[in-house]
Amino acid sequence: MVVPLLKLQDLIQEIRGAKTQAQEREVIQKECAHIRASFRDGDPLQRHRQLAKLLYVHMLGYPAHFGQMECLKLIASPRFTDKRVGYLGAMLLLDERHDAHLLITNSIKNDLSQGIQPVQGLALCTLSTMGSAEMCRDLATEVEKLLLQPSTYVRKKAILTAVHMIRKVPELSDIFLPPCAKLLHERHHGVLLCTITLIMELCERSPAALRHFRKVVPQLVQILRMLVTTGYSTEHSISGVSDPFLQVQILRLLRILGRNHEESSETMNDLLAQVATNTDTSRNAGNAVLFETVLTIMDIRSAAGLRVLAVNILGRFLLNSDKNIRYVALMSLLRLVQSDHSAVQRHRPTVVECLRETDASLSRRALELSLALVNSSNVRAMIQELQAFLESCPFDLRADCASGILLAAERFAPTKRWHIDTILHVLTMAGTHLRDDAVANLTQLIGGAQELHAYSVRRLYSALAGDISQQPLVQVAAWCIGEYGDLLLEGNCEVEPLQVEGEEVLALLEKVLQSQMSLPATRGYALTALMKLSTRLRGDNNRIRQVVSIYGSCMDVELQQRAVEYNTLFQKYDHMRAAILEKMPLVEQGGPQVDEEAKESKEAAASVPTEPQASKLLDLLDLLDDTSEDAQHPPALNPSPEGTLVHLLDLPCAPPPLAPIPNLRVFEREGVQLNLSFTRPPGSPALLLVTVTTTNSSGGDVTHFICQAAVPKSFQLQLQAPSGDTVPAWGGIPITQLFRIFNPNKAPLRLKLRLTYNHLGQSVQEIFEVNNLPVETWQ
Amino acid sequence: MIKFFLMVNKQGQTRLSKYYEHVEINKRTLLETEVIKSCLSRSNEQCSFIEYKDFKLIYQQYAALFIVVGVNDTENEMAIYEFVHNFVEVLDEYFSRVSELDIMFNLDKVHIILDEMVLNGCIVETNRARILAPLQILDKMSES
Repeated sequence: MVVPLLKLQDLIQEIRGAKTQAQEREVIQKECAHIRASFRDGDPLQRHRQLAKLLYVHMLGYPAHFGQMECLKLIASPRFTDKRVGYLGAMLLLDERHDAHLLITNSIKNDLSQGIQPVQGLALCTLSTMGSAEMCRDLATEVEKLLLQPSTYVRKKAILTAVHMIRKVPELSDIFLPPCAKLLHERHHGVLLCTITLIMELCERSPAALRHFRKVVPQLVQILRMLVTTGYSTEHSISGVSDPFLQVQILRLLRILGRNHEESSETMNDLLAQVATNTDTSRNAGNAVLFETVLTIMDIRSAAGLRVLAVNILGRFLLNSDKNIRYVALMSLLRLVQSDHSAVQRHRPTVVECLRETDASLSRRALELSLALVNSSNVRAMIQELQAFLESCPFDLRADCASGILLAAERFAPTKRWHIDTILHVLTMAGTHLRDDAVANLTQLIGGAQELHAYSVRRLYSALAGDISQQPLVQVAAWCIGEYGDLLLEGNCEVEPLQVEGEEVLALLEKVLQSQMSLPATRGYALTALMKLSTRLRGDNNRIRQVVSIYGSCMDVELQQRAVEYNTLFQKYDHMRAAILEKMPLVEQGGPQVDEEAKESKEAAASVPTEPQASKLLDLLDLLDDTSEDAQHPPALNPSPEGTLVHLLDLPCAPPPLAPIPNLRVFEREGVQLNLSFTRPPGSPALLLVTVTTTNSSGGDVTHFICQAAVPKSFQLQLQAPSGDTVPAWGGIPITQLFRIFNPNKAPLRLKLRLTYNHLGQSVQEIFEVNNLPVETWQ
Repeated sequence: MIKFFLMVNKQGQTRLSKYYEHVEINKRTLLETEVIKSCLSRSNEQCSFIEYKDFKLIYQQYAALFIVVGVNDTENEMAIYEFVHNFVEVLDEYFSRVSELDIMFNLDKVHIILDEMVLNGCIVETNRARILAPLQILDKMSES
């Protein structure tokens, strides 16, 4: 039965005609069945049509793996249309994971050496997209020959294929290094563009190449200068700027070459100034070039005047009405703020303006930048702005904003009262989004401010009376009322006159206890506060006793335990009650949390010591489960300046040059060794990149190597795919794997590794924790 | 480096997709829906750059079609924005006033154009005449 073959266009029409998802699937399945049949029976003339349809179907998301062998056949055919579809199919359907891809190598080799340009172009395109390491090694010489061909069409593709090859097989960079210098003399912009990309890739891979290419800086400067000064050229200008893509690439390469190198930077200085002043900024193309220039100026060792120019350009960008430009400017200013703090300060008002944007990306950037710009002189104004922002910002930003405000307040608070006010305000606004240690911080702070006890307890009481749903606020308020209840009732504070009856206070605490919204921890706070009030309030304690005895049979074990113990305090140990429930001494900064637990664990009292509030707080923070019980002290409780958590608030002076973190050998067994090397990208100090290198100096291969890692809960770990799973014997090519560890809290790093592999005929499994990690990895 | 290049219409149907870094098939549809959702939820006055997982997305709307390019951190966003516009201009010249239907029915030609401009995530050629030259030769050959 001859089924009429649909052309691709007809198929598309049919799919568009399908009204529902099920109908569409039906059409596609029917068509796939036809395609499969046709592949089997193999009418070679129609094969490319069938494959084209298959690729369309694949783009829509349906499985198309049965087309892989057809791609091979089409590539091998002599007709161009066949080859075209075949290579496209190879790019889309095949990849390194399937073994079939190696079969293309031969066809590609033939096509590359035949000398027909379009065919060569196709082959190079496919090779650069899905070429695996083995294919690259085999075809490297072919590609190299093509680099020096006279035809520019093929040459530019060959260069980019070389880039791909270097990425896959770094050793090949030696082959591709010599032709670069000659290629730079080209006038064809396409070839230049590709050459520069190749040079960038080479420089990123090896410092030796970097030194080698520093010699071409004058030549690059020359090219760029020509581009900038020649006027309009019909070929390449885009809205008045001659070939902005090439300009941007050259600037990027200059950035890489000039980094940390005085001499090259000096050669570039004039040129950068020229580009910065001459570029026409009315259109996006000009702005793109200007942006790249600013980035380059920031990264190399440029003259001070040039840096000021860069910051001014960014300031001008900020005032631009185009959102894209403002976004880009905010991002760059964020990178600059650590090194050129005072220059960026000048643009503070504009940055604060951007906070009011409705655009989510912009306001996020503006928030980060504003937090970084807070210092002791502008703290009051900035915090006010930030609080206004907190009220209106979208939910995902609230947590960051709230913790940012709290940290900034901690570092720069002009007076304690202002500090307490600010924290109170944040708690009422965004209490649920705060981190758990905010409560601990606030109680510490209030405890330390002796003269403000009365003031704070009143404020907290009014806040609590208004709203008992924000848990951190309720916890802090309950604690304060418990501690300073007597001050609350005295009623003679001049700033916050408030007449409060003892009964009202008790009623409020009872409400908190009974409310559905209260967390168990909050209830614990409220119960303890009630208990403390029994000594602070005058009058009899019947009401309190009642409540406490009710909770003696509560379902929550924690509350029940507390209630029973307090009950016992009332009954058997009444004479000790006053002493036990005295005011807490100020908790030392940095010491383990001392609180009622130290007092209540009197030998005569309850059988099991109550869970101290402190360790409850510590449990809420993320720690490794098997940590020792000597309260691994979270750095958050230390408000001294070195203990900042968020990397944005690093000290305003220039950061110390990052000392290279020493490598660490972590594992050695029968010739198989594992080494860790650490780097920290300069833009994000909370991120640590760990490269795990596995080498094998024994006589047997290591196969099926898998390495897994675990870190404590406060870290985020990302494992990237390893370079392979086999290490050949006698020092063969090692396996490298990259871990990204994100450590916003600067908590001590602990790392556990698990290795499984086959070696010398046995399968090995090792689990171990990495000891003696250098301190720089997490500071 | 460009990670992927998508053309998606407002209803979420993918018209063109090209990935320069391998992504699983089922993850691709997920990625595309999420990307188009974040683009659709933005109004005209908002900026064209979005941060999505560890990519940066640069998008532009042309009539009912969104062109979205995902790049990694090292790229200059504004240059890519310019590149998207350049690509559309090339398509415009080839198809003379290109529309979404043109792209749908001539998907293979659009792929060829894209391959001429971007190779393995790097921009190769941006000159309109040079990009369209091989394609015009091909058309002449197939007609004759």
